[in-house]
Amino acid sequence: MIVLEKRPQPAQAWVIGGPVLAVLLTMIAGGAMFAALGKDPVEAIRIIFWDPLFSEQFAGYSRPQLLVKAGPLILIAIGLSLGFRAGIWNIGAEGQYIVGALCGAAFGLAFWPSTHPLIFPGMLVAGLTGGVLWAMIPALLRVYARTNEILVSLLLVYVAEAMLASAATGWLRNPEGSGFPGSRNLARHAGTDNPELIAGTGMHLGVVAAFVAVIAAHVIMTRHILGYQIRLAGQAPRAAGFGGVNAGRLVILCMGVSGALAGAAGLFEVAGPAGRISIDFNVGYGFTAIIVAFLGRLNPIGILLAGLLMALTFIGGELAQLMLGIPAPAIQAFQGMLLFFLLALDVMANYRIRRKRGALA
Amino acid sequence: MIVDPVTLIVALITVATPILLAAIGELVVEKAGVLNLGVEGMMIMGAVCGFVVAHHSGSAFLGFVAGMGGGIALAFLFAILTQILLANQVASGLALTLFGLGLAALIGVGYGGLALPAVFRPFPDALHDIPVAGPILFSHSVLVYVALILVAAVWYGLTRTRIGLVLRAVGENHDAAHALGYKVVRIRIAAILFGGACAGLGGAFLSVVRVQNWLEAMTAGAGWIALALVVFASWKPWRVLLGAWLFGGIAALQLRLQAAEVGVPVALLDASPYLITIIVLVIISSDRSRAALNAPAMLGRIFHASG
Repeated sequence: MIVLEKRPQPAQAWVIGGPVLAVLLTMIAGGAMFAALGKDPVEAIRIIFWDPLFSEQFAGYSRPQLLVKAGPLILIAIGLSLGFRAGIWNIGAEGQYIVGALCGAAFGLAFWPSTHPLIFPGMLVAGLTGGVLWAMIPALLRVYARTNEILVSLLLVYVAEAMLASAATGWLRNPEGSGFPGSRNLARHAGTDNPELIAGTGMHLGVVAAFVAVIAAHVIMTRHILGYQIRLAGQAPRAAGFGGVNAGRLVILCMGVSGALAGAAGLFEVAGPAGRISIDFNVGYGFTAIIVAFLGRLNPIGILLAGLLMALTFIGGELAQLMLGIPAPAIQAFQGMLLFFLLALDVMANYRIRRKRGALA
Repeated sequence: MIVDPVTLIVALITVATPILLAAIGELVVEKAGVLNLGVEGMMIMGAVCGFVVAHHSGSAFLGFVAGMGGGIALAFLFAILTQILLANQVASGLALTLFGLGLAALIGVGYGGLALPAVFRPFPDALHDIPVAGPILFSHSVLVYVALILVAAVWYGLTRTRIGLVLRAVGENHDAAHALGYKVVRIRIAAILFGGACAGLGGAFLSVVRVQNWLEAMTAGAGWIALALVVFASWKPWRVLLGAWLFGGIAALQLRLQAAEVGVPVALLDASPYLITIIVLVIISSDRSRAALNAPAMLGRIFHASG
């Protein structure tokens, strides 16, 4: 009879080793999936994890993409991780990302074709505000109406998508676009663009913001009273209440920060790599960031690494699609699998496996 | 009159059925004290498995069975994660949805637009021709009636049988139930698998009966609305039915209003089912006496038998 015995403290080796092992197990299970699709599993895994960085043929294009794709993932995941640690589940980052992009783009387009140097800062403020306001809906409803923030934040993603569709085909449509959906190109217009800062690296302002967010989150979680309150509220909500932590304020703060970062990520994307508002400019970063947050153990440094790894699977996935004809959804399933293995291996960090004879389960 | 009330009610019942099936399954899961946020993932797996099997076998019935199988397969993963490996239920549910959406899209590559067999309708055409009552009561496919019977069965099972009592005991206080000798983990796994079967069946209904096509991400949040419906219903089976019809009515009405091109913006109509779900959720949750008292006390808590 095998039983689980709770550890007094999570095992450090498993806390760090778990994600690494989860990645390896995902490669094996993913390889099996690719084999089932009739592709060479070893080649598929090599194309996804190795070629984007080191192949002579593709690395030139792929390497800069790593930062382009990791930037928004890290930025959003950092925001989510604060809430997740406190037991506040904002899973509607995708919606906040869309609304942030819409508000920021609308601000920039309102002053079109001005190239005033204050326009981009204004767009950024608008994007942040949009993300915060969208996140405030579930936050305020949870605090003042005890409504489940998981459901509300998620349902609002669909509302945001409806808004995006109406913006792309209606109120933000390019007047010179001969009736095609999609806004003017913000990235190709000085004043509204979020350019590549160092040529050939993919580094743009959003990536810089992501790095700043990692450092800020690390400082807050380890050195600031707020980080202490967040950890306390997550591990012992009642004790936090007696200790003077204002639960409502914490919900609003965590949701607000995650909304702001998601909104900023949306703005950086729409003014940079995506270039313009289109019906499907959002590619699910808001959802993948949830996986990034967990893969990084809700720890800022971990999220940085997890974001880079997840970006790699995006780029490698595109490459595998091109080279082997592996369908795009396979990568989404692959990423989902990673989260499964991660959660499954968590048991090793928190429990010890013991063999017991004749025990009652 | 832009909208004919009889066709609206017929459409309402069809639109409501997938959500009703998923919600009644989730209600049983939550009554056992487990929060499975993976309903969306299980539904989409049911939708794709149902469609693929119905297309190849030429039998809608086999499609429904396959849909249930798809839902159960995903629910099984959730059961292992949360009941045996004691993983966080919120995170595991999200993983289920993300994985399910990806895997379903992968399975369904190339299946969009393929032909489907006809679905069995239990009542003869003569009954169908009765004015007003005919289309509303007798024109549906068999699953619509199965869903209604299921609601009654779940209500009866939960409130009038021993199994239901044990299930609720596990959901209200797993330590006490364990001390009484009930197998908490086994009962919960059974409830999770039942929920998976219901969600999968709802998904199969969506692809095989309602839309009669396979589209990537075709559930479009139906699983999340089903989750909201359970809260809305205060964990009571008959209220789930009421909520599903309310939602179905809004969804069916907004589609007709879009077709009729009334002056309301399309984006607002598209968003209306989600907005109204949120509004109803807020009204129910803010009433402290109604919502909090009915939620199973152990909802989302991990059970670990120590000692």
